[in-house]
Amino acid sequence: MARKATATKAKAKTNAPQFSKEDELYAFREMLLIRRFEEKAGQMYGMGLIGGFCHLYIGQEAVVTGITMASRKGEDAQITGYRDHGHMLVMGLDPKGVMAELTGRQGGLSKGKGGSMHMFSNEHRFYGGNGIVGAQASLGTGLAFASKYRGEDSVSLTYFGDGAANQGQVYESFNMAKLWNLPVVYIIENNKYAMGTSLERAASTTDLSQRGVSFGIPGEQVDGMDVRLVKEAAERAIEHARSGKGPYILEMLTYRYRGHSMSDPAKYRSKDEVTSMRSERDPIEQVRQRILAEGHATEDDLKEIEKEIRAIVTEAADFATNDPEPDTSELYTDITL
Amino acid sequence: MPTDILMPALSPTMEEGTLAKWLVKEGDKVAPGDAIAEIETDKATMEVEAVDEGTIGKIFVAEGTEGVKVNTPIAALLGEGESADDVSSSQTGTDEPKESEKPGPDSAAAEQSQPTTKATDAPAAPQFKPQDDPDIPGDVEMVTITVREALRDAMAEEMRADKDVFVMGEEVAEYQGAYKVTQGLLQEFGAERVIDTPITEHGFAGLAVGAAFAGLKPIVEFMTWNFGMQAIDQIINSAAKQLYMSGGQVSAPMVFRGPNGAAARVGAQHSQDYSAWYSHVPGLIVIAPYTAADAKGLLKAAIRSPNPVVFLENEILYGSTGEVPKMDDFVLPIGKARVARKGKDVTIVSYSMGMRYATQATEKLVNAGVDVELIDLRTLRPLDIETVIESVKKTGRCVTVEEGWPQGGIGSEIAARLMEQAFDYLDAPVTRVTGKDVPMPYAANLEKLALPSVDEVIAAVNAVTYRS
Repeated sequence: MARKATATKAKAKTNAPQFSKEDELYAFREMLLIRRFEEKAGQMYGMGLIGGFCHLYIGQEAVVTGITMASRKGEDAQITGYRDHGHMLVMGLDPKGVMAELTGRQGGLSKGKGGSMHMFSNEHRFYGGNGIVGAQASLGTGLAFASKYRGEDSVSLTYFGDGAANQGQVYESFNMAKLWNLPVVYIIENNKYAMGTSLERAASTTDLSQRGVSFGIPGEQVDGMDVRLVKEAAERAIEHARSGKGPYILEMLTYRYRGHSMSDPAKYRSKDEVTSMRSERDPIEQVRQRILAEGHATEDDLKEIEKEIRAIVTEAADFATNDPEPDTSELYTDITL
Repeated sequence: MPTDILMPALSPTMEEGTLAKWLVKEGDKVAPGDAIAEIETDKATMEVEAVDEGTIGKIFVAEGTEGVKVNTPIAALLGEGESADDVSSSQTGTDEPKESEKPGPDSAAAEQSQPTTKATDAPAAPQFKPQDDPDIPGDVEMVTITVREALRDAMAEEMRADKDVFVMGEEVAEYQGAYKVTQGLLQEFGAERVIDTPITEHGFAGLAVGAAFAGLKPIVEFMTWNFGMQAIDQIINSAAKQLYMSGGQVSAPMVFRGPNGAAARVGAQHSQDYSAWYSHVPGLIVIAPYTAADAKGLLKAAIRSPNPVVFLENEILYGSTGEVPKMDDFVLPIGKARVARKGKDVTIVSYSMGMRYATQATEKLVNAGVDVELIDLRTLRPLDIETVIESVKKTGRCVTVEEGWPQGGIGSEIAARLMEQAFDYLDAPVTRVTGKDVPMPYAANLEKLALPSVDEVIAAVNAVTYRS
């Protein structure tokens, strides 16, 4: 059962699956889009264009990118918590719509009525964007239930963090998911800190991949900074779920560079810790170096991609700045059908 | 053209801060993500990171400066081929940047885009217009069944009609329902559609909401609503708010149902009325029927509703009988109160179990010569206040009856709305008869005192009609 790939980093590197040129360039592009989008969102928050809470995904890009590369886009459902911008971008939701939702404008994905934590798309099978820590574990299990009920073979990719991993309903969901062998992959994005509380200070056992053991759910730890390892593990997990064997847990060891939200100064961790993660394990830098080393592209080619990404982000920011706020008549719409 | 780096807001409420320290100097090259300065707010000191690549051309605000307003330019960033000499032009703002060079929103745009809506711009809340009950043809046979059977029949009929409808909950299948409401459903529909869950309300309620997001129409049975409190977060935060938060894209068409309120001698934790709690929440439909016919017609409507519905039953009423029209498809409108008795002296408004006290009191009062108009709300959200107001216009007096606690109760809501919308018609204060403001006691005598009584209803009517 529980396959344990506690992956000493060195071992992970040597055993890492090889990406094709296309995969490498695709991953580079998607991760860079998230990075630049989030940096811009941070800047716009600083300018007061984005209000309230804004949780940036910077540092964790490889997780959602690798998982989505292993999934069937538009068919497999995805659901996550409040750190959700990256998921939407990789799933193909319009960056303009995402950014305009962050600024609370009528062209936002939720018409400006949801905000950073609440965006959805039936078409792309993205179910949020949920602000209550752990709630998405049950909701995602329900997406898997619907798939099985209808005899479809889509899988529910249900993300939550190391903080949510201590919520009771996560285990209620594990139990039902295995009891009924629902097609769900639980992706625990362990970025080491639940807001300001480190995993060690919050969890009696810290190997979260093993949290399904008492339910009979296999799990593994994955180097969530290496998109190749993420994709490979996700392929294994998704195949397990899709073939009717029930749920699977992937604990992604990852890291967020920024604070929990924009207003978090992140004093609970050392500067060295952040710096070493950024300089040694950065998910985008890893891909960039491989691309150059393998000769998949030149520095100039990558600059060109950077430019394209920047144009997308700038367009999104401009749209989100100039799009009008929702009409006041929207106050009382969409409450019930 | 150089880009202004602006004083950032670092929290939802920050308006100004101290530029504590520059981590770069003029002439330094920076890349996105590089820390360039430390900003101190009243809560914390935080680093500001560069968003764009370039060279720090000029620093406008010296370190140590206090009270720097958000969005003030604090430095200029030079792009490729630009020099510090270009900075002045950026400050005067004479050169419009080319679209492709624009770094994103500038401070002027940010200012213009600040919310401009005044509170007075709020549109009026839409008025809910209930539909009338369907006409029952005169030749339709009426059959006498229990509320329990009425609820079961409603589920069975809707499950026959729509494969997306399924029931889940504790003991709903093999055991045939803790209160036998789901009796026979497993035999007819099988274990795929009548699903026994573990004792895990929070989890299975959330699971059902997720299934509803994906287009199924779950009926979630709580063995009682007291246990449903474990799941209230999923009911409100996930189901009720979903449509609004998604700008109308994703809904949760589903029913949460089970017995609500006091049963008998089961103590404080098993005897709570959640009517007021759920009726508080926009995005939910809340139904609390009294008769067998209403139970059937409204549960069928609830299952068909594209919205999340909280359906509050009552254990004591499960065995009570009533006439239900024998029709292929008897569905009642959600949000329409039922005038149980027409009268002109006083309006009594109640719902669910409260109707039992109200009905018995009405019989006695009518015998004593008081012409009572008795209204059964049936639906608590949306509330059919129109029917209540029309009645009060006639009677000038109103007594509300409910088993729930007094503060913030359904009666309080009726009283407030009558004051707002029918003040001139009132000849006496609206008076509430409610459960007492205590956790439910176990002792038989105390429990009886804690619940409303027929005598209390009569006393309240006597008071508002000045007959005492």
